[in-house]
Amino acid sequence: MSYAADVAALARKDLKVELRTRDTLPAMLLFVLATLVVFHFALPTNAADDAAYGLLWVAIVFTALVGLTRAWVPEHEHGVLDGLVLAPCDRSAIWLGKTLATLAFVAAAQVVALPAFALFFAPLGAPAIAGVLLADVGICAVGSLLAAMAAATRSREVLLPLLLLPLAIPLVVGGVGSAVSSEPSRYLLFLGLYDAVFAVLSWASFEYVVTE
Amino acid sequence: MAPEDADQGISQRIFYIHVPIALTAYFCFGLGAWKALRLLWLGEERYDLESYVAIHQGTIFGALTLLTGSIWAKASWSVWWTWSSRQLVLFLVLFLFYCAYFMLRFSIEEGPRRARSSAVYALFGVVLIPISFLAIRLASDFVHPVVFNLDGPQMSGTMFVTFCVSWAAVTSLAYVLYRIELLGKRIDVGLRELREALQ
Repeated sequence: MSYAADVAALARKDLKVELRTRDTLPAMLLFVLATLVVFHFALPTNAADDAAYGLLWVAIVFTALVGLTRAWVPEHEHGVLDGLVLAPCDRSAIWLGKTLATLAFVAAAQVVALPAFALFFAPLGAPAIAGVLLADVGICAVGSLLAAMAAATRSREVLLPLLLLPLAIPLVVGGVGSAVSSEPSRYLLFLGLYDAVFAVLSWASFEYVVTE
Repeated sequence: MAPEDADQGISQRIFYIHVPIALTAYFCFGLGAWKALRLLWLGEERYDLESYVAIHQGTIFGALTLLTGSIWAKASWSVWWTWSSRQLVLFLVLFLFYCAYFMLRFSIEEGPRRARSSAVYALFGVVLIPISFLAIRLASDFVHPVVFNLDGPQMSGTMFVTFCVSWAAVTSLAYVLYRIELLGKRIDVGLRELREALQ
C-alpha cells in the first residue's frame, strides 16, 4: 500500500471506532459548551469583546486536550499500538493518521463551539476562523505525538496538559492576535510557520517515541 | 572596573550576572538538544545522561535568570514581575516547558523508551525557543532595555570587557557543574549495575 493509503486507512479506523463507541466527540462537545457557559459567569458584565476572544482560546486549547487525552487510549487498552508498530508501513503514517482523525474531532467540536461563541459573546470574523483552523492543525500535530508519549507513562492524563500547554502558548498568541488585531495577516503567517515547523518535527520524531 | 550606568545607576550592574546566566541557560538547552539529537541519530545510550544533565543545568540557570531578572525589574521598574519584559516571559515559558521535561522523564520506566521520549521532547524545546520568542514579540509592546542590536553591543569598552569576563566565568561554572553532575550520575549507574551483579 502507498503511504497515503496507509494514512487514510488508519484515520478511517479511528473515525469508525469513534462512530461505534462515541467516547470522545460527545465529551468534547459537552465540555466546550459547558466551558463557554462558565466563561459567561467568569467575565464581568461590562468586559470588552477582546477578553471574550481570549477566553475562547482557553476553551479551544482545553477542548483539544480532552480529545487528545483519549486519542491513544483504544490503542493502549487493546495492545493495538504494538500491532501497528509491527505492521509493514512507515511509522510516521500512524502519527499522520491519528493527527487527521483528531483534527476531524476537534473541527467537529468547533463547528458547534464557534457559532455558540458568536451567539453568546462576540462575532467572529474570517481571520479569526482562519486562525482557529491553523491553530487546530498545530495543536493536533504536536498533541498527537505528545499524547503518544504521555500514554506510555504512569501518569498519562496528568502529564499531557503539562507537556502540551507550554508548546500551545505560541498558538494562543497567534490565535488571539488573528481575532483582535487590525492586521491579522502576520499572526496567520506565524501560525502557518508554527504548523510547518512542528508538523515536520513531530512527523520525523514519532518513530522514536513508539518503538521499543 | 566598569563605570556606573548613567541612566540606571548601580542596579544596572546586575546585568553582568543576569545576561551571562541567561546566555548560559540557552547554551545548556542547546547542548541538551544536541546530545538528544546524537542519541536519536546514533542510538548510543551515554548521550541520554549527557542530554539530561545539560538540561538539568539549563533549568537551574533558567530559574536563576528568572530570579535575577525579577530583582532587576524591582530595582529598575519597582515591580517584581512585568509581562512587558520579553526575555523574562520567554524564560518563564521555557521554565514551564523544561519542568514538564522532568515530569515526563520521571514517569517513564528507565530504558531506551525513556531515553528516546526525553530526547524528542528536548528537541521540541530547542525549536520552541525561537518560536516562543517570535510569539512573545508579536504579543507584547517593548520596554526591556535593548543592549544588543544589529549595530553591535550598546555599551562602553570597559563595560563590554566586564560583561565578557563574567560571561566566561558563568559558562565555565556551568561546564564544571555539568561535568560534576555527569560524573556523579555515572558513578550512580555504575554502582547500581555492580550491586545488581552481586545480588
